[in-house]
This record gives sequence, structure tokens and C-alpha cells, in this order.
Amino acid sequence: MTLLVLAAALGVVAVVTGIGVFVADSMARATFLLLASFVAVAVVLLAFGLAYLGIVVVLMMTIEMMIMVVFMVMLMMNPAGLEPMTMVHNRWGARLIALAVFAVLAAGALVVPWPVRPGPPGDPTTALGADLMGPQMLTMTVLGLAILATIVGTVAVSATRGSRR
Amino acid sequence: MTELTLRVVLVVAAALVATGLYGALSQQSIVMIMMGLELVVNGLVLAAGGIWWAGGHPGNASVLVVVLVTVMALEMAMGFAVALALYRARRVDLTDDATELAR
Repeated sequence: MTLLVLAAALGVVAVVTGIGVFVADSMARATFLLLASFVAVAVVLLAFGLAYLGIVVVLMMTIEMMIMVVFMVMLMMNPAGLEPMTMVHNRWGARLIALAVFAVLAAGALVVPWPVRPGPPGDPTTALGADLMGPQMLTMTVLGLAILATIVGTVAVSATRGSRR
Repeated sequence: MTELTLRVVLVVAAALVATGLYGALSQQSIVMIMMGLELVVNGLVLAAGGIWWAGGHPGNASVLVVVLVTVMALEMAMGFAVALALYRARRVDLTDDATELAR
């Protein structure tokens, strides 16, 4: 019961801050609202007993949003939101598509008979580690390769011409 | 009660996915589009966490969370690299101005 209330309340926080990302005037404010949405989801994960993954999400997203703020200030006009602005195209089409997607997904969430197992399993972190180093080794390997490819790719794409020689 | 909590969590996850989709479709700034995509993945993380908590295979849903968190980081890194390259080449930071392929 407590968990239900907690999950619902944090869910409302996550969705409201998520909507705020696209309503806020300031890019920096939008970034911190997005961070709030991530943290709300991470706290739900923590409440579900996924201690390791919840903390990983909080740490990663905090750092990621700090980097994002730097890029905002570099690239965007009006990063501080000193004057109101909207930069959108096709607002009603996008709203319609988003509402349709939400209707379909929410219907699925409410109609599908989800398998429910009484009581959580043992230590999830141990289970996750054993899975990643055992049956899910292929997943881990692919993730590692993807990270390596991204490191090479980002440097190749963003390096200037002078430093490429 | 477990099932009700799972359904609530999944509906919230659906709302997050839809919100992110709206942002990714409607925003003109590349950085804001990336924030929309992050919000979509955020919803998926919540859904995977809920599925892990409520039942099914003990490990697989949490492996999915690991995959999703990695996807978020890679998407951010690659997105900023492309945004920087685009800005350097053409002084463009809005998608409506980057229409070289639209002929």
C-alpha cells in the first residue's frame, strides 16, 4: 500500500517535471526539470529494491545533465530564459501522436494480464552481476562494443579538421 | 496490490514515453529533441523496473535497465557530437535549418 502511494506520487512528479521540460522558457531550467524526472524514476527503482541500478541512474543522470547544461549554454540562444520563447513546429500533430501513443500504451498496461510473483527475489545486485557475467554475457559484450564504437565515433565526428591531420 | 502497483507504474511509464515523444516530434532545437528522447528512455527504465519488481524472470528486466542506461549515455554522447559538427559546419542548431537531405 505504501509502495503503491509512493510509486503513484513519484510517477506524478516524474510526468509533471517531464512535461515541464517542454514548457519551461529556460533551457537550463528544462535540463534541471529533466533531472528531477530522472531522479523521481530512480527513487521508484530504489523503492522497488533495485538499489544498485537506482543509484547508477541518479549518478549518471546528474553528471549527464550537468554536461547538458554546458552544451545548452554553448549552443542555445537564451539559455537563461530571460525572455519567454517557444521553438516548436507541428505542435498539434505532435500532440495528437503523443496522445494516441499514450492511449495505446496505457490500454496495454491496464488490459494485459501481467504475471505477478509474490515477494521479490534475493539480492538483485548479485543476480544482475551473475546474469551479466553468465547467460547475459552477449549483452554485456555488445554494450562494451557499442561504448567503444561511440567513443571512436564521437571523436571522429566532432574533431576539427586541424586536429585530424 | 502488486498487480495494481505494476499497472500504475506502467501507465506512468506510458505517460513519460508519450511526453518524450511529443517533445522529440515538436521541438526545433537539437538539444531539446535529445531531451525528449531521454525522457522516452526514462519511461522505459521505469517500465523495466516495474516488470522486474512484479514478476517474470528475476534477472532479465534488470539487465534491460542496464542496457537502457547505456543507451541514454551513448545517445547523449553521439547527439552532442553531431550537434557540434553541424554547428561548426553551418552555424545551425535548429532542425528546420538542417535540410540538406530534403531535396
